Order: sequence, then structure tokens, then C-alpha cells
Amino acid sequence: MSETKYQAGDAVKVRAAFPPGHVRTPHFIRGCDGVVTQYVGSHPNPEELAYGRDGMPKKPLYRVKFNQADVWPNYEGPAKDTMVIDIYEHWLEKNQ
Amino acid sequence: MTIRRHHDMGGLDAGAVEQTEHDYAIWEKRVDAIVKVLSTPERKILSTDELRRGIEELGPGVYDNLNYYERWISSATNLLLEKGVITVDELGAKMADVEARWQKDRDTGS
Repeated sequence: MSETKYQAGDAVKVRAAFPPGHVRTPHFIRGCDGVVTQYVGSHPNPEELAYGRDGMPKKPLYRVKFNQADVWPNYEGPAKDTMVIDIYEHWLEKNQ
Repeated sequence: MTIRRHHDMGGLDAGAVEQTEHDYAIWEKRVDAIVKVLSTPERKILSTDELRRGIEELGPGVYDNLNYYERWISSATNLLLEKGVITVDELGAKMADVEARWQKDRDTGS
């Protein structure tokens, strides 16, 4: 079992970081607030695998739910609309 | 100003979405097969993440001009060159061979 920092129900913020390189966290979600819904295992880090390395240590991956209206400035759909994105732990911060 | 890499275009205007099904060309199936064979656990010559990184590094103009499998084969080719699996000279010679064969077939109308 690997240590995980977050669990379902935790409020998180996606890091507003913009490094070069291969990053799986979509640009549009960086800096947004969401809620962890599920831990989906720890996996070799794609940011390392992309450059031919082994991706170790594995990184915990979570499903994180966001309100569409919080993500898009002029969202016209129903207020209850959400989206879920898989995000690695090192891209998340605790949100109080 | 935050830096968005060209491929990371979620949320941008994308125009109309083509909703018709289409079959893959033979060369597209070959590209898919070549990449799969290079990525098998026994070989591990390429990983999906390396292929994606190579596609992201094609640059905005090239990225937009190539179709899906053209991006795959461009990235795979660059990775094979980087890793020393093939040389530029070997690739150039083979491309010339294929082109000559194609020309000959065309000239003889076969």
C-alpha cells in the first residue's frame, strides 16, 4: 500500500503551475477548486515516462470533480453540471 | 501570462465536429501496428508517454497540418532516431527505395 495524501470528499485546488515538459494535467483546470471523489491507484509518473525514464516512484492518482460553472467563465448550462478529471497527487493542494 | 502548450487545447474553440465514421487507410493501420509492436512489454522501445511527448513537440504548425496517424509516425520516427534504433542515413535510404518503387509502379501503370 502506498501512502496517499487525500481521500474521497477532500476539497483540493489544482496547482496553478505551468512548467515545460509533458504534463497530463489540462491547462484549463490549473488553479481550479474541486473535490476528490476516488483514489484510483498509484502509477509510474508520466512526466518521467515521457522522457524514457522508469517513472518511479509511482504517483497516487485521483478522480477530482469540478463544477462546470467554476471552470468556464461564461458557463450557460445547468448549475449542477460537473466534470471529473484524473489528476496526480503532486498537482493537487489542500483546499480549506 | 500562463504558458499553454499547443496540444493542450481543451476549452478552446474547435469548430464543427465531424460526426461521420470513416475507415482507416492501410498505412494508418500499419502505423498503429508498428507503434504497438515497438511498445510491447518484451521490447519497450517506445512508451505511450514518449509517443505523446514527441507529438507535443512537433510544434504548432506541424501539429495542425498533420492528421492523427501522421503525428504518430512523425513522433515514433523521431524517437527511433533519438534512441539510435535507426539512423538518419538508413531512414533516408529506405525512403528513397520506397519512393523509387512507387514511381516505377506508377510509370508501369500497375
